[in-house]
Amino acid sequence: MLAVTDLHVSYGAIAALSGISFQVEQGSIVTLIGGNGAGKTTTLRTVSGLLRPKSGAISFLGEDITTLPAHQIVARGLCHVPEGRMIFSNLTVDENLAMGAYLQHDPVRIAANRDYVFSIFPRLRERLKQTAGTLSGGEQQMLAIGRALMGNPKFLMLDEPSLGIAPRLISTIFEKIVEINRVHGITILLVEQNANLALEISRHAYCLETGRIAMEGESKKLRHDPQLKATYLGG
Amino acid sequence: MSEFLQQLLNGLSLGAIYALIALGYTMVYGVLRFINFAHSDVFMVGAIIGYYTGHHLPPGTVGSGLVVLAAAMAGCALLGIVIERFAYRPLRNAPTLNVLITAIGVSLLLEYTFQNQHVFGAAPQLFPPVFPVKNFQLGGLSISSNQLIVIGVAALLMVALEFIVHRTKIGTAMRAVSLNPKAAQLVGVNIDVVISFTFGLGSALAGAGGILYALNYPSVEPLMGVVPGLKAFIAAILGGIGNIPGAALGGLILGTVETFVSGSQWSTYKDAIAFAILIVILLFRPAGILGKFTVEKV
Repeated sequence: MLAVTDLHVSYGAIAALSGISFQVEQGSIVTLIGGNGAGKTTTLRTVSGLLRPKSGAISFLGEDITTLPAHQIVARGLCHVPEGRMIFSNLTVDENLAMGAYLQHDPVRIAANRDYVFSIFPRLRERLKQTAGTLSGGEQQMLAIGRALMGNPKFLMLDEPSLGIAPRLISTIFEKIVEINRVHGITILLVEQNANLALEISRHAYCLETGRIAMEGESKKLRHDPQLKATYLGG
Repeated sequence: MSEFLQQLLNGLSLGAIYALIALGYTMVYGVLRFINFAHSDVFMVGAIIGYYTGHHLPPGTVGSGLVVLAAAMAGCALLGIVIERFAYRPLRNAPTLNVLITAIGVSLLLEYTFQNQHVFGAAPQLFPPVFPVKNFQLGGLSISSNQLIVIGVAALLMVALEFIVHRTKIGTAMRAVSLNPKAAQLVGVNIDVVISFTFGLGSALAGAGGILYALNYPSVEPLMGVVPGLKAFIAAILGGIGNIPGAALGGLILGTVETFVSGSQWSTYKDAIAFAILIVILLFRPAGILGKFTVEKV
């Protein structure tokens, strides 16, 4: 569904990605794990069109999207829930969701998507008229995911959904991510520092290290890999 | 008492014009985080468009007045969009200082182009009386129809703007771009379209401001935008730059205070007073009257 080939990205003179390649199959959950500065966020930003690669190719559903502007990539059903959530903090929850449906024109579909978001995150319905900036970290993450779901995604990229969230909410959010994938058939590319959690729910994993893919494989197997265990899973 | 009310009325009609211009500064700042110094010249172009269209229309009718107003607004909207497209967009990723200097360049380009003999010329020209003129006496107040037109049109435009910004899709997109351009792109907003729209909208308001100004001070010339533009810029900062109701409020405050000062024994200081108010307000509220420092949750 998504194929990234030999992607190079740099910030000025500093190389952030030095030739990474990976694939995400339709219907699966794939995770990118790795430490700080490994290039996980850069990868997602380049795929969603916020950053331009120096070289390499990105194809989505068989179409080359490497040079498309971000808003046209979203229109193809590839939605990105960015790091730090980036909700519109001065807008209400309702307006945030409406912005998520910016490219949707069918009111019936939009209403159905709203109901779907509320069925996953009932908390959002209670907070509808509240300014998004006043939500708790966990609620903001729910809103960020909900906003992306309003865009009718076929493919969802999640950047650190567990970051800055109360531990008890993390498991809820991860259950919902699995539900979005299993029940609604949305393919997911998950970036996480919490490697344990990410490997638990994903089918395939890529491990990034300073802009390169250091290791890849079935998540089940990687969880028991001694080297990976020592580096990321705390022994 | 009646003198106070009279001055208040005069002040509000001047302030309404400042407010219209200030809205353009503040909206552009909201989406691009820079001050469009050419904005005051768009205001001037609005008055000049009114001058030319007004001469081809029967004077003193509501119809002519509305046509002139619409022509200035449409012409300025187009001018604003063209300026952004060709002067600012190529610098989208450049440091703000480069864009700021370019804005000054565009401002000078407009001023000198219109000073050219073959375009408009440097000499002031009399603005035609496009709207019917009448004076009403109400109690001790003398109200001119032009003042009513200024206040009425400005109020109508501000309500329309409020509607666009808060009740339409493109308006919500404007607010979204202003809050977080990256997140706006990620939900599918085409930033270029929103920025063009913002320039068009702000410039149309400046065009309307140009006509309303020329109705009350009927002398049109290529440098006429400089002083009102500066005052409107101060009004925008006073209200909290980037804040739309703030710009409207800042304009009204500045216009009212300026009118009261010019009616007092300190009238020679009426232009300096704008800066004095600015300094005082910024000392106590550095983000402006309605501006606030946004705190983001991490």
